[in-house]
Order: sequence, then structure tokens, then C-alpha cells
Amino acid sequence: MSVWRIARLVARKDLQIEWNSRVLINQVLPFAGVTMVIFAFALDSDAVLERVAPGLVWLATMFSMLVLVQRTFAIETDDGALDALRVAGVDPRAIFAGKAMGLAVQLLVVEVVLLLAAIVLYRQTVPAGGVVLLVTTLISATCGLAAVGTLYGGLAAGFRGRETLLPLLTLPAVAPVLIGATRAVEAALGTAGAVVSDGWPWVGLLVVFAVAFGVGGSLAFGPLIDE
Amino acid sequence: MEDAGFIIGSYALTFATVALLAWRYVRSGRRLADRVPDEEKYWL
Amino acid sequence: MTTTESNLQREHTGRSTAGGTGTRGTRVIGILTLIAMVWLVAFGLGFSPADRDQDEAVRILYVHVPTIWVAYLSFITTAIASGMYLFTKKKSLGWDRLAGASAEIGTVFVAVTLIVGALWGRITWGVFWQWDARLTTTALLFVTYIGYLAVRRLEGTHQQRARRSAVIGLIAVLEIPLVHWSVRLWRSLHQEATVLDTDRNTDMDGLMLFSLFVGVVAFTLLYLWLVMHRTRGMAMEDYLDDRGLDEALVARRAEGDAFVADHATMPTAAPAATLGTEETT
Repeated sequence: MSVWRIARLVARKDLQIEWNSRVLINQVLPFAGVTMVIFAFALDSDAVLERVAPGLVWLATMFSMLVLVQRTFAIETDDGALDALRVAGVDPRAIFAGKAMGLAVQLLVVEVVLLLAAIVLYRQTVPAGGVVLLVTTLISATCGLAAVGTLYGGLAAGFRGRETLLPLLTLPAVAPVLIGATRAVEAALGTAGAVVSDGWPWVGLLVVFAVAFGVGGSLAFGPLIDE
Repeated sequence: MEDAGFIIGSYALTFATVALLAWRYVRSGRRLADRVPDEEKYWL
Repeated sequence: MTTTESNLQREHTGRSTAGGTGTRGTRVIGILTLIAMVWLVAFGLGFSPADRDQDEAVRILYVHVPTIWVAYLSFITTAIASGMYLFTKKKSLGWDRLAGASAEIGTVFVAVTLIVGALWGRITWGVFWQWDARLTTTALLFVTYIGYLAVRRLEGTHQQRARRSAVIGLIAVLEIPLVHWSVRLWRSLHQEATVLDTDRNTDMDGLMLFSLFVGVVAFTLLYLWLVMHRTRGMAMEDYLDDRGLDEALVARRAEGDAFVADHATMPTAAPAATLGTEETT
């Protein structure tokens, strides 16, 4: 079986489990929504919210990602499923790619919902010229986030301190994504006078990040989860 | 030289931290060495 | 007698000289370090002149720059040692311990760098902190290696610890340039006024450069001294760890043997009767 085929199977399994349990819809999305609401309580100013909306969207994405990653690996460790896959000789790169793809799909859903929330709650508008940039940003940022999340999620899975270890490892690592994705979305939405062309260099950064962690992650995943 | 406090403080903090780290390493080294047979001490 | 038992027995009779992790090598390095430090203080606080722009605050740089230099040196050593552990056939734990010791030292020095840097910033810029490229990256560097140290403390065997942290150590080396690049790009959007211009390099004259040089040499020697002591200490910690495990194994086996011995002498009566009277350990 090719690596890609296994990866797709792993991804489909994860998404199937997700669809059946509806944790994403019932818990993660409400959590993301609540985060957007309480930002407004803390920041207490329409002008400020409008200005920082892209940043808040990505902040909420980061927090939701931590929850999603914990979940995607909890389903593996609960039944020793991950170990079973490894013992069966499945290529760890395939497991990595599959779990990352499943995570990416769920993250995209969260991001779209958060964007909609920002449009409603923070009065954001999406100019027609910014749509391509926006979509490209979402996809490239999500790939990078999914790679990092899968890598560190795999490491932290099954350990007692994983709820705190995962954020500690993940958040510094995804700082470039937070910086780049926020700037790119600001450019797409025209926040604070940014223009669409400002955003493309940031997309470049996001792509480099995604490639670096995609490749690095698939190589590192095997040694990290092998026990 | 009103900044003298910060300057002296910087040196003091740096050296104090270094001294503390050095002391901890040497002290734990001594304690451990009492419990470890000499064949295991590759540096001797 | 099992291997474990014979190991234990051998080690119980092994001589243990008092002393520690010091050798002639470390004593020489230690003395050189002390001498260099005295020079550093003499030049840094005394002989070197005040700066044209920064006045006396430049003196802080003579310790501040060496501490971040040691941090970089430490983390590069960690990365190299991590690579050596992962990619050599022998997988010697010595590399792992070097990586861990170096990272510990580096983390402490980044922390000192950040604090002393804040003091310097207060004098030269008027603020303790700025979100410029260098400071931001240094702060993230600190957190990244706190994460590395946390991974080292996860439960498992020493080989597992070595493998996990080696991977994390190498990934950190990939993360840091990415972070640095993105932060620089980010901050280049926010050109600060020259008063707060942090990228401007200080113009240093001969004596000032010499003081800096003394500082770097002194702290490099210090790093060597520290890493040698800590690596040796870790070797002993790992040994005692293993021995603790060996002792536990021997004890459990002894219990098992005793159980078997007890029940081998029981009469082979009707199974039902035996079952009813069987003790549970």
C-alpha cells in the first residue's frame, strides 16, 4: 500500500470518527465562538475590535487547534490504536500525513466559522479583490498548523502532562504562522490601510513554513512516536 | 551617574546566576559521586 | 545469578572516592575562567571608556553580549549533540547528556540575557521591553528551550528521552530561523524613530571591543566548565537511575521466586480443594 493511500485512509478514519462523535461541531466550534465573544468583553471597543479582528481570528484558531490536537490523539491512545498501527509496520510518514490532513480539514472548518463570526461580531467585510489572498492564506496557514499540531500532538500523546506540554511546544513554534496569517488576512480585508499586494510575501512565509514542517514533521514523527 | 545601579545590578545578576549554577552543579556532582562507584566515572 | 544481580553485587563492592565531577582539566579551565572574569570586570567597569551615545550604559553590553553568545553556543551544541545521537550507529547516551546539559545552561543564559537586556533597554531606550525583532526572537528562543527541557522530563527510558529530545532539539534549530525571519519581516513594517532604533550597531573603539572580546572569551571558558561538570553529573544520575531500576527488578524477581517455591511444596490434592485454599499475594 502506498504512503498516500494509507494517509488518505487514516485521514478518512479520523474524519469519520469526528463526524460520528460530532465533537468538532458540538464542542470545538462553540468554544471558538465563545472565544470571539469574550475577546469583545476584554477589548471593550468597537474600533479596537475592528482593527485587531484578523489577529483575534487567528488567536481563536490557535486555541481551538490545541483542543483539536488533543482530541485527535486521544482517540489513538485510548485504545492503543497508534501503537497498533506502528507495530503493524505502517510507515509513520503515512500516519503523520493522514492525521495532519484530517486535522487540517477540521481546522479549516473552524477558521471559516471564525471568519464568519468576525464578519458578524467585528464588522469585517471581505472585498472581492481580497478573496483569492484570503483563501490562499487559509490553506497555507492551515497546512503549517496541521503539521506542527500533528508532530507535537504525537509526541505529547499519552503523557500525563500533555495538556500543558502541547501548548508549550506548539505556540512558540507556530508564531510565524500567527504573524504571517494575521498580516495576510489584514491585507486581504484591507485592515488599517493594508492592500492585497502586501499580503503575498506573508503567504510566501506561510508556504515555506508549511513545507518545512510538513517535510520535517513527517521525518521526525516516526522517531518521536516510536517507543 | 544615575544609571550606576542598573549597571552594577546587571553585573551582579549575571555573576550571581553564574555562581549559583556553578555551585549547584558542583554540589550535586559531589553528592552523586559518593553513591557512584569509581569505574562508572569515566572522567577519572 | 542474573546479569542484574551480578551487576549490583559488583557495584556494591566498587570503591567510591569522595570528590565529584572535577578533574585537572576542569580546574585549569576554572582558574582561567576566574582570571578572565576579573579582567572582564576590570575592563568593563573600569578601563573602558563610556560610549559617545550610550554613556556608561554600554558597560552592560560587556556582560550582556557574552551571555547571549553562550546561549547560542549552548543551543548549537545541543543541536549537534542531538544529531550525533540520532545519526551515529552507537547511539551513545553521552551525546544525549551533552545535549541536555548544554540546553540547561543555554536556557539559564537566555533568561539572564533577557533580564539584563531589559535593564540596558531601560537606560538606553527608556523602556524595559520592545517588540523588536531581536527581543521577540530571544523571548521565543527561551520558551522553545523550556519546552525542550520539559520533553526531557517525560517518563520513559534514557534511550527514549534521548531520542525524543534529540528530535525536538533539531526541530528547534529549524524553528528559530523561521521565527527570526518572520519576526524581522514583521518588525520591518514598523520603523521606529532613531531614538529607539535597536538595529543600529554601537560604534565601538579599540578598548571597548577588547572588553567585549574578554567577555566572550571568559564566558566561553565558563560554558566549557559548566557543561563538563553537568554532563558528568548527568551520567551519574543516569547510572543511579538504572541501578534503582535494577534493584527493583531483583526484588520483584525474588518475590516471584519465593511465591513459586511456596507453592511447589503444596500437596497435589484435588484441584477444587487447592483452589479454595490458595493465597493471593
